[in-house]
Amino acid sequence: MQTSFPALLTILGMALVTYGTRISGFWLMRYVTLSTRMKAWLGFLPGTVIVAIVAPTVFSTGLAEAGAAVATVLVMARTRNVLLAMIVGIGAVWGLRLLQASLR
Amino acid sequence: MADDRLVAPGPPSEEPVGFDVTGAAAGARRALPIALSVCAYGLVFGVLAQQAQLSLLDVALMSGFVFAGSAQLIVLSLWSMPLPIATILLTTLIVNLRNLLLGAAISPWFLRISPLKAYVTLFFMSDENWALTMGEFAKGRRNAAFLLGSGLILYVAWVGSTVVGRTLGDVVHDPARFGLDFAFTAVFLSLLVGLWKGKSDLLPWVVAAVVAVAAAHFLPGKWYILLGGVSGSIAGVVRHAD
Repeated sequence: MQTSFPALLTILGMALVTYGTRISGFWLMRYVTLSTRMKAWLGFLPGTVIVAIVAPTVFSTGLAEAGAAVATVLVMARTRNVLLAMIVGIGAVWGLRLLQASLR
Repeated sequence: MADDRLVAPGPPSEEPVGFDVTGAAAGARRALPIALSVCAYGLVFGVLAQQAQLSLLDVALMSGFVFAGSAQLIVLSLWSMPLPIATILLTTLIVNLRNLLLGAAISPWFLRISPLKAYVTLFFMSDENWALTMGEFAKGRRNAAFLLGSGLILYVAWVGSTVVGRTLGDVVHDPARFGLDFAFTAVFLSLLVGLWKGKSDLLPWVVAAVVAVAAAHFLPGKWYILLGGVSGSIAGVVRHAD
């Protein structure tokens, strides 16, 4: 069990920032109402941030990653089971990489 | 779109909003099934945290103080020495900005309890128990402690499972050999399926993907996350807000 000063500082900073976002919507509502555009922007953020995170891995790593991504999304869309989708995705990337390696 | 849920009218002005053990217990009971899926997600976070070289103590502190699954998971991809603290904090802010919406939507009820209770309870607000609580309020029940009770159960599940996952991570060597490096991407792809609300998401998501792929190619580090996320969401606003 150990940590470092920069790690501790980063974690505390993350905690403050996160708690800040949790209370500021409530706090702000005492004084103002959010504009429709602002609400729309906040509504789009979670999806677009996650797309940005996965896009380079999915679209510019290789066929195995792209194929496994399709498999993950299909299983999730049909079953809505995160655990199952993850297992299928991991299995698919493992299998496709083996296949690619054997074809070389 | 997300702002549909903001039209919740709030409690009738003559009725008081309660805050007691009964409400907290009801919230805890209702959140139990969700706590199970939080545990699965927490185990994955723990294993990935081990790969990112966070110590067991780092994981316990982060889960305990931050308590934000998606932000913590994203930060793992930024966790390299020396720690890019400014980038990590900016990313945490962007990923958690949606909490502003949740807090604003729930404020009509929380403005009716003491500020101390409200500010303590809001620490435990996540997407999942916020949605449960808004459902309760919509049915006319008015016990604000429901958010606290459901949040506490998810908190225990999150901290516990991430610590266990971090411990398990010590046993799994060379994760790429088993495709486990893809777990991170797989979790996010599954979350995306749940976030898809219809055609209005198509343009912002395409813009986010294109910008991110280009930025990852031309820029160092992880700037592609912020650039893609922000430009995609702005594209969505420009296209759909009016």
